[in-house]
Amino acid sequence: MNSKWLPINEIAEKVNNGSLRAADLVDQALKTIEQNTEYNAIIVTTADRARERASQIDKLIKSGSKAGMLAGVPFIAKDNFLVFGSETTAASNILKGFNAPYQATVIEKLEAAGAICVAKANLDAFGHGGSTENSDFGPTLNPHDKTKVPGGSSGGSAAAVVLEMAPFALGTDTGGSSRQPASFSGCVGYKPTYGLMSRSGIIAMASSTDTVGVLGRDVSDVAYVTECISGKDPLDSTTIESNPAGYMIDKPIKDLKGIKIGLVSEYMTDGVDEGVKNSIKDTAKKLESLGAEVIPVSIPSLSLALAVYYILVPAEISSNLSRYDGQRFGYSDPNAKDLDESYTNSRTRGFGKEAKRRIMIGTHVLSSGYYEAYYKKAQLVRTKIINEVQKTFESVDYLIGPAAPTTAFELGSSTNDPLQMYLADIMTVGASLTGIPAIVIPAGTVSGMPVGLQIMSPQKSDKSLLEVAQLAQKEINK
Amino acid sequence: MAKVSKEIRDKYSVTIGIECHVQLKTNTKLFAGVSNDARGAAPNTLISHICMGLPGALPVVNARAIELASRAAFALKSTPSAFSTFDRKHYFYPDLPMGYQITQFYDPIVVGGKVHTNVDGTPHVVSITRAHLEADAGKNTHPAGADYSLVDLNRAGTPLLEIVSDPDIHSPAEARAYAHELYLLMKYADVSDADLFHGNMRFDVNVSVSMTDELGTRTETKNLNSFKSVEKAAEYEINRQIGLLEQGVKIDQETRGWDDGSQKTTSQRGKEQAHDYRYMPDPDLPPIELSEDFIARIKETLPMMPDEWRSKLAGLGLDVSQISVLLEAEVDNSNVEYLLILKNNLSNKNYAKQLANWFVNIEIPYRRDEANNPRILAPQKPKLYKAVYDMVEANKLSSTSARNLIQLLLDHEELPDNIEQYATDQGLVQVSNTDELEKIADTVIEDNSQAVADIKSGEMKALGFLVGQMMKLSKGKANPSIAQEILKNKILS
Repeated sequence: MNSKWLPINEIAEKVNNGSLRAADLVDQALKTIEQNTEYNAIIVTTADRARERASQIDKLIKSGSKAGMLAGVPFIAKDNFLVFGSETTAASNILKGFNAPYQATVIEKLEAAGAICVAKANLDAFGHGGSTENSDFGPTLNPHDKTKVPGGSSGGSAAAVVLEMAPFALGTDTGGSSRQPASFSGCVGYKPTYGLMSRSGIIAMASSTDTVGVLGRDVSDVAYVTECISGKDPLDSTTIESNPAGYMIDKPIKDLKGIKIGLVSEYMTDGVDEGVKNSIKDTAKKLESLGAEVIPVSIPSLSLALAVYYILVPAEISSNLSRYDGQRFGYSDPNAKDLDESYTNSRTRGFGKEAKRRIMIGTHVLSSGYYEAYYKKAQLVRTKIINEVQKTFESVDYLIGPAAPTTAFELGSSTNDPLQMYLADIMTVGASLTGIPAIVIPAGTVSGMPVGLQIMSPQKSDKSLLEVAQLAQKEINK
Repeated sequence: MAKVSKEIRDKYSVTIGIECHVQLKTNTKLFAGVSNDARGAAPNTLISHICMGLPGALPVVNARAIELASRAAFALKSTPSAFSTFDRKHYFYPDLPMGYQITQFYDPIVVGGKVHTNVDGTPHVVSITRAHLEADAGKNTHPAGADYSLVDLNRAGTPLLEIVSDPDIHSPAEARAYAHELYLLMKYADVSDADLFHGNMRFDVNVSVSMTDELGTRTETKNLNSFKSVEKAAEYEINRQIGLLEQGVKIDQETRGWDDGSQKTTSQRGKEQAHDYRYMPDPDLPPIELSEDFIARIKETLPMMPDEWRSKLAGLGLDVSQISVLLEAEVDNSNVEYLLILKNNLSNKNYAKQLANWFVNIEIPYRRDEANNPRILAPQKPKLYKAVYDMVEANKLSSTSARNLIQLLLDHEELPDNIEQYATDQGLVQVSNTDELEKIADTVIEDNSQAVADIKSGEMKALGFLVGQMMKLSKGKANPSIAQEILKNKILS
């Protein structure tokens, strides 16, 4: 691959030994961003702070010190991460003008390792969407075809990586928001085990499935970044300890002998695009050629995952969005006559259609009289799905399938049909509801548009998932 | 409101349930590492991104609050739940930054419990429904004449334990007794500063009246912050509701407020304005799981509760009102340690009894008189009382001198090395020396010939009078029993 960027570990090594300057890397990133503004992948750059940090890092190294595992590596953060150096908006009007007084834990960890945030990526406002069209800053375009969507909600992050604006980008993944855009845009998108990376300082969508997403060109880079940002955080009580063996792929596996892989039947039904299915089948053969045994598996309750997801997630969204009331930060109607009017007008004007739709659904399913029938029932089904998925992992080591039923769709084709838009999440919400790690890697194209292979594994098996994905990617790229 | 006659009132049964918010004495807030002591702090200085409900802020539970709630469980004669969860209660209000309050709705940390009370000698038991942890809201103020309101979030996130009673209370006096006993329990369990003036305990009183077996429509009078207002508000509501029912008017289920000035409750919010709180498990907070070891450790470290003290003190011969004086005085001033000193000496019953007496009859009244300035520190008191006790036992102090000596010593920040020497120097040690006493007796006999004559004719009352004269002459130092013997011998033999 003829890339602008070296592998991330090599960039950091060269910065640390003085053969590359952080300042030049930041300039390169900002220049690439500037050259690709037509894609609207970026909401705002953090150029001033990035240049300042770069010069500090270069000085540090000149003085004989090292600057960390990610010394001088530029990255882009989805605009729902609280980051210094620009506003943090979650692509919603209600947060325009909000300057974060603290940074997300993962941003702090990246900075401590020497990485430099250069820009904030576009997204569906608050993460609500699968196409990055639902942004108050306008849609992001697919890097392979400007008439198509890049996927979402981390479409800006995926497009930025594919357009080589930075070696990696952070997204978030609540129901597939990093994996599906990776599939549509053609890069690697990884959702860790729930709790492996801190949610502190990330604008919440649905707390029980929100995770950080890491997007990069290849799995090794993603694993390298994972090493730097995982682990327990005193500011997030749902975080878990990271694997003491780390996540870096320093000893790549050579084959998949003795490994059993289940191809999820529920993700290969008639409703799925033939081209997508063929790409996945071809890829499955490649995995077999590496020694893996690929067998079809059925997880019947997965067919309920989308319905469960669109009850539980709006419920949490309606709750998490309550704080945007126009009283302490963000947009507030300057002409409101009283408190009620201030609440109503600030929220009515600040939130977009999709946020309001989800607040309505969530409020409804939590209302007294409906809680048992919707929220409670959905939680029960969620437990059933978790149990079935766990059971499946007793007979296979990994699960595979597509990340979406189609390749990237036309801009505007689903924006008036929310149900159609929700269906784009159908293959990714399962891993979100069950908290298991999942990764999408590029696996060929259909009519020039990328297709992604999704690989899933049991909770906390992120290290081996990354190792298998790295080998698979190598084999696919052959 | 006119008070209804006893005759009418007796037709109705009264049912009262009380919810009490207890502020837990943690250093920091329930979900944020920010100081919990808002007294005297400038508005919005004790806040963080969590208290402000900023985007991306996540709550992290304060382990100390869990510990204190667990202690409270035992104080309420219950056991902390091994498994409890936090839930979100949704409503919009400027003092509620996240748009929801974090509370425990579905699985509270305390389920069940009992509080024993006593009204004029009649014991009552009030069952506890539940007690749950929750974060307090901030404070809104509405400056007079201004077209804005102010919000202070210093209090937002303060840990509260809400204790909910069953509707087991049937009179205003019982309501007051329950509130007061809860106060003592929280103090003794060391769960709360229970400073009522600063709102550390706030009571919501639910009252209904009925002429049938079915409960009547209830009203809830919120935010009462004294035992007296609990009693008065209940009394007012009972009268108000009976008055309305007697006129054929239905009671509205509503939230009412108490006005201390007018001593009245007033309607604040009707049922139709009640919120649907849309309770939902808080996905940011994993369940609280308490190990058996933890629960056992909490139980072990719980000090004696008022109930236990009452029976112990009754065993030492104290009456109900003396016991009450002692239990109250203990919590009024944390530097007195009456009960700790007693506890350490319970094995010596006579001494313990004497101590309890001295506390109730000497130290407590002495401290209560603002003219006095007791400077002694609690750790010095065991030495003080033991020395006085030993001197009394050795007949070296009269009870009057003992009182004087205790009062003198209470004023000392540092006790004299030799307390007996000090007592002697103060002229308090009693004269048991017969030579000296005989001289005094002679004087007394000479000066009171009428009394002497009375005694000789068998009127022994006069003997007490002569002993009193000897005490007077000796400035209280005469040992009264020896003095009496000497007088008897001299007059009658």
